[in-house]
Amino acid sequence: MAMTSGSPAMFGTAGPAAHQIAVLGWVLTIISLAVLLVVSLILLVALFRQRAARAEQPESVVIRPNGSIRLIVWGGIVVPAIILICALLFTLFVQSAVATPPAAPVATIRIVGHRWWWQVIYTARSPDQQVVTANEIHVPVGQPVRLELVSADVVHSFWVPKLAGKTDVIPGQQNTMWMQADKPGIYWGECAEYCGLQHAHMDLLVVAESPADFRHWLDQQRQPPPPPADPITATGERVFTRLACAACHTVGGTPAMGQIGPDLTHLASRRTIAAGTLPNTPGNLAGWIANAQGIKPGNDMPTMSLPPGDLQALVAWLETLK
Amino acid sequence: MAIATAPTAPVGKLAKTWETAPGLYGVLATVDHKTIGKRYIVTALVFFLAGGIEAAFMRTQLIHSNVHLLDAEEYNQIFTMHGVTMLFLFASPILSGFSNYLWPLMIGARDMALPRVNALSYWTFLLSGVFIYTSFLIGQAPDGGWFAYVPMTGRTYSPGLNIDFYALGLIFITISTTVGAVNFVVTFFRMRAPGMSLNRVPIIMWGTLSASVAIIFALPALSAACVMLYFDRRFGMHFFDAAEGGHPLLWQHLFWMFGHPWVYIIVLPAIGLASDMIPTFSRRPLAGYTFVALSTVTTAILGFGVWVHHMFATGLPMLATTFFSAASMMIAIPSGVSIFAWIATIWHGRPVFRTPFLFLIGFIVLFVIGGVSGVMTAAVPFDWQLTDNYFVVAHLHYVLIGINVFPVFAALYYWLPKMTGRMLSERYGRWVFWLMFLGANLAFFPMHISGMLGMPRRIYTYQAGLGWDTVNLITSIGAYVFALGVLLFLVDFFRSLSVGPEAGDNPWDAPTLEWSVSSPPPPYNFAVIPTVRSRHPLWEGRLDEEYHTLIGSGPVLDHGRETFGTSALDSDPFEILQMPEDSLWPLILAAMMTVTFYGLLFGVWWLAILGLVLVILSLAGWCWPRPARDEEMDLLPEEG
Repeated sequence: MAMTSGSPAMFGTAGPAAHQIAVLGWVLTIISLAVLLVVSLILLVALFRQRAARAEQPESVVIRPNGSIRLIVWGGIVVPAIILICALLFTLFVQSAVATPPAAPVATIRIVGHRWWWQVIYTARSPDQQVVTANEIHVPVGQPVRLELVSADVVHSFWVPKLAGKTDVIPGQQNTMWMQADKPGIYWGECAEYCGLQHAHMDLLVVAESPADFRHWLDQQRQPPPPPADPITATGERVFTRLACAACHTVGGTPAMGQIGPDLTHLASRRTIAAGTLPNTPGNLAGWIANAQGIKPGNDMPTMSLPPGDLQALVAWLETLK
Repeated sequence: MAIATAPTAPVGKLAKTWETAPGLYGVLATVDHKTIGKRYIVTALVFFLAGGIEAAFMRTQLIHSNVHLLDAEEYNQIFTMHGVTMLFLFASPILSGFSNYLWPLMIGARDMALPRVNALSYWTFLLSGVFIYTSFLIGQAPDGGWFAYVPMTGRTYSPGLNIDFYALGLIFITISTTVGAVNFVVTFFRMRAPGMSLNRVPIIMWGTLSASVAIIFALPALSAACVMLYFDRRFGMHFFDAAEGGHPLLWQHLFWMFGHPWVYIIVLPAIGLASDMIPTFSRRPLAGYTFVALSTVTTAILGFGVWVHHMFATGLPMLATTFFSAASMMIAIPSGVSIFAWIATIWHGRPVFRTPFLFLIGFIVLFVIGGVSGVMTAAVPFDWQLTDNYFVVAHLHYVLIGINVFPVFAALYYWLPKMTGRMLSERYGRWVFWLMFLGANLAFFPMHISGMLGMPRRIYTYQAGLGWDTVNLITSIGAYVFALGVLLFLVDFFRSLSVGPEAGDNPWDAPTLEWSVSSPPPPYNFAVIPTVRSRHPLWEGRLDEEYHTLIGSGPVLDHGRETFGTSALDSDPFEILQMPEDSLWPLILAAMMTVTFYGLLFGVWWLAILGLVLVILSLAGWCWPRPARDEEMDLLPEEG
């Protein structure tokens, strides 16, 4: 998808946690390939070292058992034990290294897993400083953030491969993790634990930007969107607040206070809709409203049949929610 | 009850005594371990094909981004049923089939210890499989993954019958597996021929014994979890409901307390099969017999101490994960011991490259790959990246195809001639092997890469531009190649039944007792009970052994269905067991269980209670005293 910086490959790391894990991963991969190579070579030699003898003797000949114990003890016990103990020690070292962030986290972000989208809440001491958004997490480059992971329904798992390992999102408990991006960019994230029908469409983006840009973004998210400036967008707002939309969605500065679906206060500033399913373009947005069940069957957004004029006005207004 | 020692055994009388009755009654009532074993194998292979068709659907859906052959619900049902089928209806039953067929023949007995229980085990396996598959008929197959994590599978988020089929179906099949396991344990310790002391049994015996003991301890966790799930769903209980003081992680712990031992349950008997075939093709006895036997037992025990490695990302304390990480790495050592025992056997042997041996070589290679990738996922921080992505799919398929399917196909090529009397084709066999070996690697090696590229498991489609298209294309092609190999095997099998060369008693010049009888074996297995003196009775002469196993002379035991009961360690005979006749009760009992489970499934309580009453009545009928066997036998005319 063009909106991220390429494939979410776990070895193309962009953060310290993922980086240290990748080092461990490479070491284990190399050990594994070496073991595979050596064992395969021994097996090949074992298979073909007796070629000459085989040609001479009939198949009925049976060979008396002889000294094989040394090969079993060294190959099967001593050498593997040494390799495994070293691997275990290195694993423990990495595990304790990534347990805590390199510095104190600069923000605490509460992430609520829903079927099938991510609610993102930037916590603050006073409720009016709190920012609620969805499916897109902005973080400052080079600074760790703390994530609190809770679920609204079933078990999910939060995973941004380039930044950190995954942590499950489990109802009835709060898991925490930390995350840091060292390079500006947009990183692909996803739900990794099977969570039902649309598990495949539960993605998110992590947008890493300079600390200044991040604070600017946060400030902007705290402001309510501008009121409608023309008749079309005014119609759009009216459609939104009077129809079913407002029952599920919140838009700051309007009477829409629904809590079921994503907060749309700054919908237009987001890069995707429907949890990474589609790029956020006016056409996709209109298509989504008119046919949410066709695009992502089973999700909670009903398919809305609006008169074409209303749909157009609604999309026009939603596009102003920067 | 005299023990006749006759050089010419009364085979006619024995055959009459042990033969299954002709006609439909015999088909339904047989307790012959050979018939039951073959039924197990055929039924499991049918389920293998069903699981394979499901896999083909999945791989076609994922061959490229945004393919919509299946919709989300269909895909989720199919991937769930693929896992349930392969793990419960193929991998374990096929091994039960081989063990059922082979054990008595390998240990010089005339049947398993509990023949009617054996029949019950098969019928419940068949009917539980049918029970689970009937879910497709109403379009509500299980769709929660084979692991069925709550609360997704609770009533709130899964109101249909899908998960009820799953929970009840698994309880049903644990009945089959458990009674089968009990039968294996009793047979192991009581039915071995005189002289077959513990250190002389074929390794498959150790494999299936270890697996059976593990089953007896591991399956209660699954049954309990499934009962809780059913109660939560049907009666609104709160075992897994966080809002009411339950916890979703309870399910995960119970499931994996069963789930990880289960992995060893479905590989240890296969490892045993391999350990018994490799010596034949290496032309020497197994190197390090004691090492392999002990590592089999050790693996089964350690297998109970690693379940948390499925849960490293659930937020458990670091100390706990560290312990399970260490245990999960160390469990590689017994596997290493077995691998080097096979290599040592080949090294100091003189390998003969026949089809079964090709599969065994493939097995060793795939085992090593699945083993090292297992160690990688045992490293907690790296597992935080790997778990629930395609790397794990690659790993588990290397393990299950490598350590279950490949030994099973080796065993099919090796022992089918014993069962049918016909050899399979070497030429076809080589094609089958290379298609399956290359197909498996082409399908599953790239999955390591797709996992590392961030592709999560259990997604029914994916977007373009994530870098996943090429690896998935290769994987799908590999899957088709693998499927072609399996289809070619079927062709070879059906061909062999009519045109395969006669197998003879011992086509591989193998060392163990089952090759001393005809192919297929007579109903009574052994005309006289052998007295065993070594691990390789048929090679003793060529190995200059001091003592020789007695085959063809010894006790006959022809006063009804008789076989020896022997002591647990040294296998000294101390009683003559009267084995049961054919019986319809196992089938009736299994059928009544089916009625009960359908009653529970649809919430038709009168039907469930009726079924339960009929189950109890069937048990009573089963146990009802019958006239003593000796009197019956006296009525039979003596054979010439």
